[in-house]
Amino acid sequence: MAEVLLKLKEKIGITVEAEVIRPDGFAGKSAAEIQALPVWQGPRKLALSELFDVELRDGASAQPGETAIFMEGDLSRVKRIGQGMKEGKIEISGSAGMHLGEEMSGGSILVKGDAGSWAGMEMKGGSIRIQGNAADHVGSAYRGSWRGMTGGEIRIEGNARSALGAGLVGGRIIVEGDVENFCGIRQSGGAIIIKGSAVRGLGAEMNGGIIAVCGSIRQFSPGFVYSTRETDPVIGEVRLEGSYSRFTGDYSLGKNVKGTLYSREG
Amino acid sequence: MAASINTTIIKNGRVFDPLNGIKGDAKDIFIRNGKVVTGLSGAEARDALVIDALGKTVMPGGVDSHSHVAGAKVNAGRLMRPEDHYKSARPKTAVCHSGSGYTVPSVYKQGYDYAAMGYTTVFEAAMPPLEARHTHEEMRSTPILDMGAYLVLGNNWFVMRYLKDGDIEKAAAYVAWMMRTHKAYGIKCVNPAGVENWGWAKNVHGLDEPNIHFEVTPRELIRGLAEVNEMLGLPMSLHLHANNLGHPGNWEVCRDSLMIPAGIDPRNKSEIAWGETRESAKRKQSVYLAHAQFSAYGGSSWRDFASGAPELAKYINQVDDVVIDSGSIPFGPATTMTGDGPAQHDLYMLTGQKWSNTDVELECGSGVLPLVYMKSSPVHSVQWAIGLEVLLLIDDPWKTIMTTDHPNGGIFTQYPLLISWLMSKKARDDTAKECHKWAYDRSSLGGVDREMSLYEIAILTRANPARTIGMAWRKGHLGAGADGDVTVYDIDPDGLDVSDSAALRGKLARPDYTIKDGGIVARKGEVVAVPEGRRYYCRPYFDESIEKEMMADVMDWFKYYTVGFANYPVPDKFLKNPVAIEVNRPMAVDAAATARRG
Repeated sequence: MAEVLLKLKEKIGITVEAEVIRPDGFAGKSAAEIQALPVWQGPRKLALSELFDVELRDGASAQPGETAIFMEGDLSRVKRIGQGMKEGKIEISGSAGMHLGEEMSGGSILVKGDAGSWAGMEMKGGSIRIQGNAADHVGSAYRGSWRGMTGGEIRIEGNARSALGAGLVGGRIIVEGDVENFCGIRQSGGAIIIKGSAVRGLGAEMNGGIIAVCGSIRQFSPGFVYSTRETDPVIGEVRLEGSYSRFTGDYSLGKNVKGTLYSREG
Repeated sequence: MAASINTTIIKNGRVFDPLNGIKGDAKDIFIRNGKVVTGLSGAEARDALVIDALGKTVMPGGVDSHSHVAGAKVNAGRLMRPEDHYKSARPKTAVCHSGSGYTVPSVYKQGYDYAAMGYTTVFEAAMPPLEARHTHEEMRSTPILDMGAYLVLGNNWFVMRYLKDGDIEKAAAYVAWMMRTHKAYGIKCVNPAGVENWGWAKNVHGLDEPNIHFEVTPRELIRGLAEVNEMLGLPMSLHLHANNLGHPGNWEVCRDSLMIPAGIDPRNKSEIAWGETRESAKRKQSVYLAHAQFSAYGGSSWRDFASGAPELAKYINQVDDVVIDSGSIPFGPATTMTGDGPAQHDLYMLTGQKWSNTDVELECGSGVLPLVYMKSSPVHSVQWAIGLEVLLLIDDPWKTIMTTDHPNGGIFTQYPLLISWLMSKKARDDTAKECHKWAYDRSSLGGVDREMSLYEIAILTRANPARTIGMAWRKGHLGAGADGDVTVYDIDPDGLDVSDSAALRGKLARPDYTIKDGGIVARKGEVVAVPEGRRYYCRPYFDESIEKEMMADVMDWFKYYTVGFANYPVPDKFLKNPVAIEVNRPMAVDAAATARRG
């Protein structure tokens, strides 16, 4: 396993576009080659080494799957880390900026702090684990599209904000904390499990897939129809404990909708 | 040689120039100061830019006679589709602007992409009068291409009122004034009578169904506008988007619509200098049907949906006054956009996609809706087959034009894919295998053996679009006097293997050279120079006293517009390099009459 350590030199002002930081992009490269990779900060093109101390442990590996990137510092203004990655591993000890792991199709990302908006946007596979909070549009579709994440798993141990899993087609998103508005809007497949509470617009215009909320739903979407009560429902491999009402919707979209919404009773 | 003379020689190419009957002969093309000439003097030849086209295919620059590339609905398509842009960015180069947009590119990208593919002339298919300024602004900003736009008049209150009253002369005077006012090139008629009904959430479904309030029928509007077209003597015939577009079983309405202008002789009364051609460069048709694919549906519902193209083609094969463009479906993302508001609403009800709709006051309407054509979809697979049937089942290539009705059926950059299907049965069979089985089960395409030649492709993509819209006086051929617009493809006609579809597509997509007015604008798919194109429009005239009466009506009803009368016309500054074509000018008519008498 080749390990690449990226240590942020100083606090970042203008956000940095760093889609070059991905295991497939580092694999087979020397430390000097990695240091020279280009990133954009506003109108300026910089070498990665101008922002980070780059250290390569155990020598380079030609295999992306054998490459792990460890990042240190407050990276909340570093965008697009792991974008499009197919293999390998990224571990971020602080917070990550927007578009983390966007369109990734494999490998894993661990963020020990918070993640910005658009994490896992249109993700196809692999896994993202965020130990802090996440902002808006996690696992969603790009603006204007309703074809979001199609595979893989996103796990958020804190809270997420709005439009989580918007246009979700496949894969799974688990939030240990709360979400805000329009979680699972236009969802057509996959599963969203919210251990905490949701605010409003939950599952709006969904026509497939599953949303489960273990806490409360402050303002229930009107287009859902109660179908039955289930005890300890199993969603994918996740078993939820307790008694749940199951709803079908969102009938505001059309007659033949197949979205499923679980809401915990009592 | 004088510094002001620029000369170009394209040497030894295999030339396909259908309007001059040249079918792949090895031939040099000479261009002096942007115009094709029969030869150059020794001094001129010595200083000429020489392009070696040995073993390569040479055609006139491509002409797209029906594409949606400028105006309000095109821009609505851009605005409502951020997802169409974020993966199709084109970086700036030394000579080009940056741009983005896959199905609806920015104006710059449109110009570059067309030129890189060997096209030099593109006409916008629908310009609502009220949106004429916007349309001209976008054309003004489109690089390289020569352009013009057709004025949407099929649901215009003034036209409907005059035709209902049977006052064809006032209708002609109104159309003439409108074309001059909005600097339009031709007459477009979209779902006649139906779009007005859409203001009342209705449509019309038969040619003899009168619409609300105006009580005018599609038949009266088609007949009337076709007559007006020839009374004025416009370069182009009436351009018709038929009723019931996009509905199963609509081929009959389409055929019956094409019968309406029968007997009206095409008359071109424009003052233009014709280039030399062996075949007649003048149009023969009195109606030019838009995107036939969308109007060639059989069946009675989406369940028994089938191709109606064989029946439609049978009619067109029997007559000489119809030209169609195909509006073919090459599969993939598209953005549907038309002046046919109700048709777009039907599509919205069918797909649940996001949808934009606009009512254009006293004039027309429009709708925009994104769509992905999928090989797995039974209906889309049949649409693919129909889009090829309408080109392959009509025997005479001079009755057909290849388009995708960009971006409705597909994107203009997919033209090479369409050509590969037209030239190779194997390519069609290979695609049919990837499609839903309806593609061949519900159409006749599987039994069609025809494979088009490069000569026929040159007719469908250059010569005929130019002739149909009356631009063959300078476009679509390489006779003396034509514009020096030339495409050189790295295709050796002798060694061409049409069954290698991918190789053919690559060569068609990235011609060796695109030459505009004698200068190289693109080289192997890269834009290398960005000259400004021209904007063509017609200035038709009609009897002055009738125009005066007509103007009184216009002033009376102008109170219903939200714009002031002074802000209605398109000022000259909206056009870069305008080329006005004088049509039916009284002085010229008098002079001609005198000359005849004399």
